[in-house]
Amino acid sequence: MFTEIGHYALILALAVAAAQAVVPLVGAHRGDRTLMAVGRSAAFAQFLLVCVAFGALLHAYVTSDFSVANVAQNSHTDKPMLYKVSGLWGNHEGSLLLWIAILSGFGAAVAGFGNNLPAALRARTLAVQGMIAVGFTLFILLTSNPFERLDPVPLNGNGLNPLLQDPGLAFHPPFLYLGYVGFSIAFSFAVAALIEGRVDAAWARWVRPWTLAAWVFLTVGIGLGSWWAYYELGWGGWWYWDPVENASFMPWLAGTALLHSAIIVEKRDTLKTWTILLAIIAFSLSLLGTFLVRSGIISSVHSFASDPTRGLFILALLLVTVGGSLVLYALRAPVLKSGGLFSAVSREGSLVLNNVLLATATGTVLLGTLYPLIADALNLGKLSVGAPFFNAVFVPLAVPLAAAMALGPLLAWKRGNLMRALRALRPAVAAGLLVAVGTLVWGGSASPWWAALGTGLAAYLFVGTLTETAERVRLFDVPPAASLHRLVHLPRSAYGLLLSHLGLALVIAGITGSSAWKVESVQTMRVGETVVVAGFAYRLDGVEEARGPNYVSARATFTVTKDGRPYAVMQPEKRLYMQPQRPTTEAAIVTTWLGDLYAVIGDANGPDGFVTRLYFNPLVPWLWAGGIVMVLGGLVSLSDRRHRVGAPARAHAALAVNSVARGA
Amino acid sequence: MRRLVYALPLLVLAVVGVFFFVGFDRDPKLIPSPMIDKPSPAFAVPGLRGGDGTVGNARFGGTVTLVNFFASWCVPCRIEHPLLMELARAGTVRIVGIDYKDKPEDALGWLRQLGDPYTVIGADRDGRAAIDWGVYGVPESYLVDRQGRIRFKQVGPITEDVWRTTMLPMIKELSQ
Repeated sequence: MFTEIGHYALILALAVAAAQAVVPLVGAHRGDRTLMAVGRSAAFAQFLLVCVAFGALLHAYVTSDFSVANVAQNSHTDKPMLYKVSGLWGNHEGSLLLWIAILSGFGAAVAGFGNNLPAALRARTLAVQGMIAVGFTLFILLTSNPFERLDPVPLNGNGLNPLLQDPGLAFHPPFLYLGYVGFSIAFSFAVAALIEGRVDAAWARWVRPWTLAAWVFLTVGIGLGSWWAYYELGWGGWWYWDPVENASFMPWLAGTALLHSAIIVEKRDTLKTWTILLAIIAFSLSLLGTFLVRSGIISSVHSFASDPTRGLFILALLLVTVGGSLVLYALRAPVLKSGGLFSAVSREGSLVLNNVLLATATGTVLLGTLYPLIADALNLGKLSVGAPFFNAVFVPLAVPLAAAMALGPLLAWKRGNLMRALRALRPAVAAGLLVAVGTLVWGGSASPWWAALGTGLAAYLFVGTLTETAERVRLFDVPPAASLHRLVHLPRSAYGLLLSHLGLALVIAGITGSSAWKVESVQTMRVGETVVVAGFAYRLDGVEEARGPNYVSARATFTVTKDGRPYAVMQPEKRLYMQPQRPTTEAAIVTTWLGDLYAVIGDANGPDGFVTRLYFNPLVPWLWAGGIVMVLGGLVSLSDRRHRVGAPARAHAALAVNSVARGA
Repeated sequence: MRRLVYALPLLVLAVVGVFFFVGFDRDPKLIPSPMIDKPSPAFAVPGLRGGDGTVGNARFGGTVTLVNFFASWCVPCRIEHPLLMELARAGTVRIVGIDYKDKPEDALGWLRQLGDPYTVIGADRDGRAAIDWGVYGVPESYLVDRQGRIRFKQVGPITEDVWRTTMLPMIKELSQ
């Protein structure tokens, strides 16, 4: 019953989305406020209807209603509740429903929070949002209906891939989608601006918080996925350059570029056409990500079972959406007036450099991801591109990017003083060199040359970013109390810059440390035996059988000592899930300041011997900490009052009221 | 001229779109290999491990062989690996590994860590042998019969399903 209501609600949502796509556009064209207002109501109605559909499918999952084919294929009564719920988006149909739910949620948010947008811009933005919704709702209804029934009803479901039964991965897709779909708002704003033929500072101020929110979500999503790979796949790696990982990384890079170029539009009223293009690209790459995962056109571990009609449909959707917006761009972008000029050495100049490097990085990842496909189509031979390519190309791009990241904020708008900025960076350069030399000296003979480059770069960026804040509060120029006062009153966006750039410095340190000095030891251990890895002595105390809700596992207990003193007890598991039958490894991880102790138990080997894998993963905790700090930076910046569109206007209004009151 | 610049992104999309469209006919998982029923391509690569010697066609024949292209940097290989270990343990088929575009020390570490199911392993460092074999990407596996002809190609990890329904029956038939 609920299921049919859900299906019906989704069909209604399609009709509402169609109205939302057309009526406000006509209204904006004619200047008819009544027609424009339809966009707002339609966005709310569409969100409500999609929520009903989503709720219906969720109900089927929670109650394990196996008469619904989607539930029967992906759930099982034995699963813990969390994974019954996350099973909803652990498959193609359900994840698309989540996609649409988030899309309509963002649409409703623009409708709800956009009261101070010009009516025509809001109407057009909502209309574009409606068009995207029509495309995706049609896709789901025509090719991927999650509400199909099964007859006869099976007694139990097939279960969810045990690798996916994990808290990190339960929340990974929703965050990723919040990021992907969040860029649809920037896209809709860009297309609306192209239709209007007008982009100004106010436009950039409206777009930035939405882009920032999407960027924060995407960062969390990528981080969760990477963290999951780290502890669940059981060998301590956290990034594989897999096509599907790249698919989430490309919109992240483009979105990061967009965040920075929107600053230029807002402050200096220039670089508009480029910013519009970036907004289109960021969302196009999100769609491409969806396409690559769904179509099975590129083989990847992440691919869901593919079906050619779906692939073709989503390719058409991709080409219409991206193609349509780019046609509009080709026609209207030349009309947009560009604003202020600036010299190459200036804040704008450094942001342009940032954009060029990020765009090149995006293009590189895109090329590497699609190359096998292109080479095959051209009969150049069948090639595959792996980590070696990406590492070789990505590192040379990251170095100048980090170098410019510390320098840029120290330059003034319009025309900066390079010598002054470089002077201010002396502590940062000194710190970088010191750490690099220290790395060369104490890194040990096994340490590769680029380890010094990485750690030096991280230290330089860290200190350079602190320098920028120190300059802002005029540390040492004015009395400490005055500096503190300035620090407290810095705009939140300045804290955003500080935190996100510091976060990246930590990430660079983490990447370098974990790739350069990882220690691993694989052996067969008998119970009672001790192995020393990176100064930590692991004694295998025993392996016992344990039982979970839907698995049995062999759980090992290691007592770890350092310098003879007890340090930690670690219990890695090897699980065998019942439905579907599949083994998974659950690594035991103990986090220290300098790295992770990481233990994995393997198969039994001979009488009371077990294969064990023990690692020390240096600086990996820094990687996660850096990611969290970057996200915090985004959140703090998001809370800046200047982003709460209209906040200054409201303050003015309050002031006016006050003066009127005083006058009276 | 200025207008042309703004149409450039559209052009890029058109090109990419064409490739996608062509890509549909060339689904990496469905494409029939032109190598099927042909003798395995001639190649010779150095061995990866100490005792492997030179690995080439001369090493095939006599018995049914599973030729498996893999790499330590390849994620799907990691997924496939437990199955290969099981096959090696059961001894159903001789498994020859070709380590594709990989550093030998990485590959050896990988095998130490996950176990080594291979009878011999060749190191195809520049990917030449893989091109001759028409490898799309790693992992990819070929069944070579007793006469040294390729009889089956699996693109991507060998799944339990493919193994049970296609490869195992074929190996049984070819071994008779």
